[in-house]
Amino acid sequence: MAALQLEKQRGRYAALAIAAVVIVVGIPLWWKTTQTYRAWLPYSEISELDTLQLQLSVDIEVVFSRGTLTPEQQKKVPLSHVNEKEHQIDAKTGLRYKYETRYRTATIMEEDALNQPTAAEADLSLHMLTESSCGSVVVYVIPESSTLLPKDVKVYVGQRRTALLRTAPFKSSWSLKEVLSNLDLQVEQIVSTMSFSHQDIVAALSDRVRMTKVTKESMADSMRAIKSSPGYEITFSLLNPDPKSHSLHWDIEGALHSYIQPLLDKLAPVANFSVDSQILYYAVLGVNPRFDNSVSAYTLNADSLSHVINPVEARLGSNAASSNPVLNFLLYVPDAHHSPLFIRDHSKRKVPSNAFHSPRWGGIMVYNVNEMYGPEDERPVDITINMAKVMGVFLAQLRLMLGVQHSRPPTGFVLQSPGSAGLADWELDRLLWSRSVENIATASTTITSLAQLLDQIGNIVINDNIAQQVSSAVSSLQSAVAELEAGNLAFALQYSREAILASERAFFDPSLLHLLYFPDDQKFAIYIPLFLPMCVPIVLSLLKIVSETKQRRADKQAKSD
Amino acid sequence: MAAHRCGLFLVIILIFSSLAHPSSCDTLEKADGNVGEKQGVSDAHREVNADGSVTGEDLNERQWQSTDVELDRSDGTEDSEPFRPAPAKDEFQEELVIRPLHSGDIYASFQFRTLWDTDFLQEGQKVSHYRLFPKSLGQVLSKFSVRELHISFTQGFWRTMQWGQPFIPSPPGAELWVWFHHTVSDVDGNWKELTNVLSGIFCASLNFIDLTNTVQPSASFKPLGLGNATDHRFLRYATLPREIVCTENLTPWKKLLPCGSKAGLAVLMKSEKLFHSSFHSQAVHIRPVCQDDQCTNKAWELRQTLNVVFDLYTSGQGKREWSLFKMFSRTLTEACPLASSSKVYVDITDNPEGELFELSPATSLLSQAVVLGDRRTYSVYDLTRAETFGQLRSLNLLLRWKGESGDMLRPLLHAERYVAGFGLQTGEIHTVIYNNHPYRAFPVLLMDSVPWYLQLYIHTLTVTSKSRDNKPSYIHYQPAKDRHRPHLLEMLIQLPPHSMTEVTVQFERALLKWTEYTPDPNHGFYVGSSVVSALVPSMVAMNTNFTKDQPLFSSFVPVKEESSYFVRVYTEPLLVNLPTPDFSMPYNVICLTCTVVAVGYGSFYNLLTRTFQVDEPSPPLAKRLANLVRRIRGVPLLT
Repeated sequence: MAALQLEKQRGRYAALAIAAVVIVVGIPLWWKTTQTYRAWLPYSEISELDTLQLQLSVDIEVVFSRGTLTPEQQKKVPLSHVNEKEHQIDAKTGLRYKYETRYRTATIMEEDALNQPTAAEADLSLHMLTESSCGSVVVYVIPESSTLLPKDVKVYVGQRRTALLRTAPFKSSWSLKEVLSNLDLQVEQIVSTMSFSHQDIVAALSDRVRMTKVTKESMADSMRAIKSSPGYEITFSLLNPDPKSHSLHWDIEGALHSYIQPLLDKLAPVANFSVDSQILYYAVLGVNPRFDNSVSAYTLNADSLSHVINPVEARLGSNAASSNPVLNFLLYVPDAHHSPLFIRDHSKRKVPSNAFHSPRWGGIMVYNVNEMYGPEDERPVDITINMAKVMGVFLAQLRLMLGVQHSRPPTGFVLQSPGSAGLADWELDRLLWSRSVENIATASTTITSLAQLLDQIGNIVINDNIAQQVSSAVSSLQSAVAELEAGNLAFALQYSREAILASERAFFDPSLLHLLYFPDDQKFAIYIPLFLPMCVPIVLSLLKIVSETKQRRADKQAKSD
Repeated sequence: MAAHRCGLFLVIILIFSSLAHPSSCDTLEKADGNVGEKQGVSDAHREVNADGSVTGEDLNERQWQSTDVELDRSDGTEDSEPFRPAPAKDEFQEELVIRPLHSGDIYASFQFRTLWDTDFLQEGQKVSHYRLFPKSLGQVLSKFSVRELHISFTQGFWRTMQWGQPFIPSPPGAELWVWFHHTVSDVDGNWKELTNVLSGIFCASLNFIDLTNTVQPSASFKPLGLGNATDHRFLRYATLPREIVCTENLTPWKKLLPCGSKAGLAVLMKSEKLFHSSFHSQAVHIRPVCQDDQCTNKAWELRQTLNVVFDLYTSGQGKREWSLFKMFSRTLTEACPLASSSKVYVDITDNPEGELFELSPATSLLSQAVVLGDRRTYSVYDLTRAETFGQLRSLNLLLRWKGESGDMLRPLLHAERYVAGFGLQTGEIHTVIYNNHPYRAFPVLLMDSVPWYLQLYIHTLTVTSKSRDNKPSYIHYQPAKDRHRPHLLEMLIQLPPHSMTEVTVQFERALLKWTEYTPDPNHGFYVGSSVVSALVPSMVAMNTNFTKDQPLFSSFVPVKEESSYFVRVYTEPLLVNLPTPDFSMPYNVICLTCTVVAVGYGSFYNLLTRTFQVDEPSPPLAKRLANLVRRIRGVPLLT
């Protein structure tokens, strides 16, 4: 009997030993050998990025020229003042604007500059005096009596980063504080025109924030502008549906050189641009224009424009050598039988520019040539296209697409047109502000969703290079946020671009896909023939041991009772 | 839940983007793919659209707004700036040659040539303004620093023995060979990217070209354009014999023409007719050429060719006649207005007096050209002249046969190839090259590119002509590396006059890994055509002068000397069966092994854990009966 007990005990130990070996050696071995390689990712830092607190700092300088302040008031300047505003956009995104305003009186040289006959000249000579840093704003307060500005103009915004503000004379009894608080509202208006307004920044955050109560107008603005990207391809296409009648010549190279290139040079810090052009023959529109007797011309309605473009688009092609977003600008010369052709807008009015644009896609301009030749001229007629007229339209469209908004200035504001540069300094600043914020928003969304995705799908292999991209994206993002906080706009944009590049590279890396689809049912089909017969006896004998132990304990209990 | 859906969405985007990227079918679709990616990242934006608060911005449903322009901007003061680059000169020519073949088939060969005197490879200057030259190809040339690019897609096999030599030969399937500029440092990287881009442009599976089917021939493929590069490190050659050519390859090819398929000769290209033929081959050749006779300036030439052989004899109820309308179901009505020349040539060499066939409408324009070692006469129809079209304003060439045509001259050079041997272990490749010249011997270059899974035994290489050993004067052999590069065998063989030369080499078939098999492994594996290149002695003096108004078909291959002409002959591709495993085998093996392991393990486990006790055997039946009796009697029981 004792021998039997001993034998049973031995069997029990053997079962336990086998179970122990399976648990201690087998399962870790199986776990280790079937594991996918997953490099370490900075999850904690990524989850910090999930809640984004952006601080935007603007340097504002308010310069009082002679005749605006009384001597007593002047004594108290220079002084500086920090004004902060906080907005909580949603639970995870907050914005804080920090306006650092410094007040001082004008130097003698600046006074001289302000004595120029016109505002434009004053703007230029002020620019020669001091080079203001990227993102800052200088406001010169000039007296009511100044002749620089026309009568009804209160604020003049120049080509650089300066604005002239004409104020009503301050009462000499006012203390400086009262004067400043009187000025504050106007300065704020100027700053929101020249650097950023809350609306722009919210629109730039559209990647992160689900907007519910945004005005339609600002949404249309932000949708029109093409999304931030490290590079853009700009393609100009001349569509000639009727090469039998028209032989068209356009000096696109010269026109680009004198109209588009200055703007692109100015925009070089924002993105890389590559420009090309082509001529497409027999490119016909998808809709036949209707002849309108009242104007004896063919007309196209704005509603049908999307159908018009579709057959042409198949021939436009995208750049074979890069995958940057493409902006298309089409110049359509209608064929001889459908000329002249005019486009009517949604309210059935003729569009003076005869041009339309579509958000994030590009623009089309109809160029009628029917007046340039008589009916008896020999076909094909040689026609040279007036590039100044065409490029004026395309440049305006390009500015819209790039997000250099023509924001409607508040009443009493005059905005100096940017001239040959195509873009004023403050317009570039505006773009830099919104692009930096947009890049940061996009990159942080990309990184957090990538981390979420990798966290959810355990099959995905995370290689070292992806981990490296993710870490560099995270560190660039952190530096971008820090630079924005410090007010270094150029650096902030630089870092945010790096962040977006690294995050997209990590997100779209093909190596993430290798083991993505390895369904569980196939795994089980392979494991079951081995695991089931092995595990069933172990589990059964373990159960048996447990029940026996219980039984014995119950017996002992009964005995002691 | 929302997070989970977001994750799923991202996965879909990931898959989509990876699928879309390497071989997107059209350049346009590529652009769409990018839009998709961007939208994937910003799906918050999508939400706004879904709310309907703003007009959707799908490609079809764009929001069009009128552009307000301050017209004072365009004051035109900068127009006076003296920035005037020299206008780029480009020129377009189109041509169709129709040759009635002796077999009764019709050979139609289209050639379109765009010449542009610009330099894609010039340092510091980007070519970005295109007129006649297609933008997509121009961008490819400058991005990848391509010096010469030849790509062809062919459906069917050119039967040299029945049809003679084609103007531009091509092997079945897809063929791509590219000379890169000598400044390219990473040729393999450029080649890989180039094939991916081209597969997008031509909607073909060129992205399957990788290092395992790319070779660098040392002698067979010399540049056809300017410059005599000899460093074959910058040359890449690959074929995809399996590639099937169809309408989706023709459409992007037609899109490269300045007039598209709207005007000129290209209106004849209706795909249902072109692909209802015995042979169809379309090609694009880009190379630098001389701009004029003196060759002072370089120009880039884009030659698009399309060769079709129609089998009208069987489909025409035995009547031997053809017309443009019958072949293409279209007639010609105008030349492409952008073309500087637009001509149709009909080969009437065999019919000098009009006794063999009748061609209508008749033309007085005749042209003679020396092509492929033969002087041929052509009727020329110039589409740029209004009288060509007659009163009907359409040209429908019609040819009616009157008598039987004579026998065709056998082509001087001809090659064929087959696999011999039995079983699935070894085999032998036979390449047979015929020299039909009655009295002249000439050398040929044979190039063979064999995939690594056929392991060639190069010591068994034999070359025999007229049952005697023929020692090649030059052999270049590059052995294969498994899964890395194919075999490359190049030989210079002297072909004796009127002879048949046989090249044989034995091979062993390799066992592939189970993921390396194609989806239909029992169909077999294709081995690309061998290429025989030769300078064949010409019957007539070849024209070595470069003239502008030479017909296009005779000016493709540069002629260096009068006495011979260059010919390239492709053999048939091979279809080789490899030992194919049962593909459910791995799972069967897993199941079987697991069962064996489980049975062994089970008994072992039982042995270890079960308690064994001696079971008392039950007493035999007799004893039990005896005990029963004893119990009744009260006698002590037996034990």
